[in-house]
Amino acid sequence: MKSLGSIRRDFAPWNDPNAKPYIQFENVTKRFGDFVAVNNLSLTIYEREFFALLGASGCGKSTLLRMLAGFEQPTSGRILLDGENLAGTPPYRRPVNMMFQSYALFPHMTVEKNIAFGLKQEGMPRADVEKRVAEMLKLVKLEPFAKRKPHQLSGGQRQRVALARSVAKRPKVLLLDEPLGALDKKLREETQFELMDLQQELGLTFVVVTHDQEEAMTMADRIAIMDKGEVMQVATPAEVYEAPASRFVANFVGNVNMFEGKVAERTEKNATITGATGAQILVENAGDASAGANVAFAIRPEKIRISSAKPDGLANALEGEVYDIAYLGDMTVYHVKLSDGQIVRAQSMNAARISDDPLTWNDRAWVSFRPDAGVVLTR
Amino acid sequence: MAGATLSATTANGAATAQPATQLANSFVSKLVIIVPYAFLVIFFLVPFFIVFKISLSQTVIAMPPYTPAFNFGGGLSGIIDQLKQLNFDNYIFLTEDPLYINAYFTSVIVAGISTLLTLLVGYPIAYGMSRAPATLRPTLLMLVILPFWTSFLIRVYAWIGILKPEGLLNQLLLSTGIISEPLIILNTYTAIFIGIVYSYLPFMILPLYSALEKMDYSLVEAAQDLGCPPITAFWKITFPMSLPGVLAGCLLVFIPAVGEFVIPDLLGGSQTLMIGRTLWNEFNNNRDWPVSSAVAVLLLLVLIVPIVIFQHAQARAQEQGR
Repeated sequence: MKSLGSIRRDFAPWNDPNAKPYIQFENVTKRFGDFVAVNNLSLTIYEREFFALLGASGCGKSTLLRMLAGFEQPTSGRILLDGENLAGTPPYRRPVNMMFQSYALFPHMTVEKNIAFGLKQEGMPRADVEKRVAEMLKLVKLEPFAKRKPHQLSGGQRQRVALARSVAKRPKVLLLDEPLGALDKKLREETQFELMDLQQELGLTFVVVTHDQEEAMTMADRIAIMDKGEVMQVATPAEVYEAPASRFVANFVGNVNMFEGKVAERTEKNATITGATGAQILVENAGDASAGANVAFAIRPEKIRISSAKPDGLANALEGEVYDIAYLGDMTVYHVKLSDGQIVRAQSMNAARISDDPLTWNDRAWVSFRPDAGVVLTR
Repeated sequence: MAGATLSATTANGAATAQPATQLANSFVSKLVIIVPYAFLVIFFLVPFFIVFKISLSQTVIAMPPYTPAFNFGGGLSGIIDQLKQLNFDNYIFLTEDPLYINAYFTSVIVAGISTLLTLLVGYPIAYGMSRAPATLRPTLLMLVILPFWTSFLIRVYAWIGILKPEGLLNQLLLSTGIISEPLIILNTYTAIFIGIVYSYLPFMILPLYSALEKMDYSLVEAAQDLGCPPITAFWKITFPMSLPGVLAGCLLVFIPAVGEFVIPDLLGGSQTLMIGRTLWNEFNNNRDWPVSSAVAVLLLLVLIVPIVIFQHAQARAQEQGR
C-alpha cells in the first residue's frame, strides 16, 4: 500500500463522508474596524481530532480560536459545536476551555486552587473537586507542588498547571493558544509528546494555535494553514508537506525548490514543464495543470539526488555548479547553481560514514529526481 | 564548553576591575542613603522631639508660653533640673476631658466613612481608566491630576459657594423644581464628606489605577472561560488582584483625613468636632502650647498604626510580586 509520507493513519474521519462534524465554521468573517482578521472562512473539525491552526502572526488564527472560546463574536457567519450554534453563548457557558498563551494562572491562588477554580464554579461537590484535582495533579506530575503559588514554579511547571486547569472540567474541546511558545526548545519537544499522549488518554478534541510548523507537524492529525484570514489548505501533515495545494503552502512548510515554467506537453497523467531557460522537467501525476498553463514545480530538497556525474535512468537531471555546502552531521545541504542562475537546494542523508562521491565548492554537479518526487502547483 | 570559557573570562574581567570602583560605589551608595535620612532627622525627628518636649511642659503666660523653657546656661545640673520639671500631666488631662476623646473618635469615624466613600467613587473611575484604550489613558490620568494645579484652599472655598443655602447646587435644584426648600448641606458632616471625597479622590484613583492597569486582562478571560460570569470574575479575580492598590489608596486618604483641618473648618462649621480643629483651637485660641503638643503627639500615634499596617502590606505585596 502506498501513501503520502511515512505514516499510515487509521483515524481519518475527514475522509469518511458519513462522519459527523464536531466543530463547524461556516463562512465566518471577523472585522476589527477596517481590518479583516478572518475572511469568509469555513472549516470542519471532527471529534477527538488534534487540529492545528498554523500561520504567521496576524493571520487570524488566534482570532479564530477566540471566537470559538467566545471572547470575540463573528461579524458574520456562524460557528457550530456538536450541531449547536454558539452565537449568543457567553464564554462562561461554552463547553470549551482554553489554555492561554500567557497561561493566565491566578497569581493569588495556589496550584490546587487554580485547578479547582472551574470545578467549584460549576458547583461540583467538594469531595469530587478534591478527587478531580488530585487526578489532574497526578496527570501533569505536579503532586508535590499543589500548595505552591504560580510565581514559585518554573516555566514548564506553570505550563502544566495551565494545562491541568483547562482540562479539569473535561471540556468538549480544549483550545490551546501557542501552548509551548514560552518553553525552551528541549522542553518544548518533550511537551509536544506529552500533549499528544494526554489527548489520547482523555479522548478530547484539541484545537491548537501555533506559528511553529514543526510543532504542528508533530502533534496534529490535521493542519489548517492560514494566511491573511483565509485557510490555504487543510490536510494531514504528510499531505501538507508532500502535496501542498499552492505555492504559499509549499513555501510556508519546510524548504522547497520551486521551478517556474509552462506546461509544454500534457498526457492524461503526465506533463512536461519547460522552464524559462528551456530546461525540461517530466512530472508524473500533474493534477489539473492544463497544457500552456503557467505553473510551478515544487520539490523538497531531500528528494533531490546530487552527484558528480550525470545519473543513468532518471528522467530529470539538471547540471550546475556547487555553490554552497553545509555539513550538519546527519545530513549535508548543497546549494547548486544552475546555468540559468537558479539555486537548487539538495539535501542528502549521511547514511554512510564514508562517501563514495564527495563534492566540494565549485564542482560541476548534477541534481536529479524522479518524476513523482515533486508536485505541480497551479496556484 | 565555549560558554563556560566565556563566563570565566568575564568573571575575571570583573574581578580585576572591582577594587578601584568598589570603594567609590559603596561611598556613593551610602551618600545616597544618608541624604534622605538626614533630611528626615533634621526636619521631622528633631521637630517632633521639640513638640514632644513641649507636650511634657506646663503652660504659663510668658514668652515662650510654657515652662520650663530650655536654656543651657545652668550647665549639666541645670538641664537635669529642667528635665525633672517635665511630666505627663497634659496627657492625663486629655484622657480625662471627653472633648478630646470625642474629637479623636469623630475624626477616625469621619475619616473612615470618607475613605469608604472615596473608594466607592474612585474604584469605578480607576477601573474605567485601566480598561480605556491605551492611547486615551495618559489624557485620563492628566485629568485626574489636573485639580492639583489649583490651590487646595481655593478649591475647598469653591465648595462653600456650591453648597451654601443660596449656593449653586441649591439654585440649580430649586430652579428645576426638584426641591422647594434649600438643602442645608454646608456646616454639616455631609459637607465634610463631600469635601474629603472631592479633595482626596486622586490619591485613591492613582494607586488603584496602577494596580488595575498592571493586571493581565487574560486572567479575567481565563476566569470567564472556566465558568465565571463577569461579576463573579470581578470579585474572584480583579478585586483580589487590586487589593494592594485598594489598601494603598485607602491609607493615602485615611491618614491625612484623620488630621484634616481645612475641610472641617471651612465646610463643617462650628458644630463638627474633629481633632485637627481642636488642635488649632488649643494652639491659637487658648494659646495652650503644651496641651496642643500633646494632642499632636497622640494624633501621630493614632496615625502610625495604619501606616505600619500599610508598610507591612506593601512589603508583603512586593514579596509576592517576585
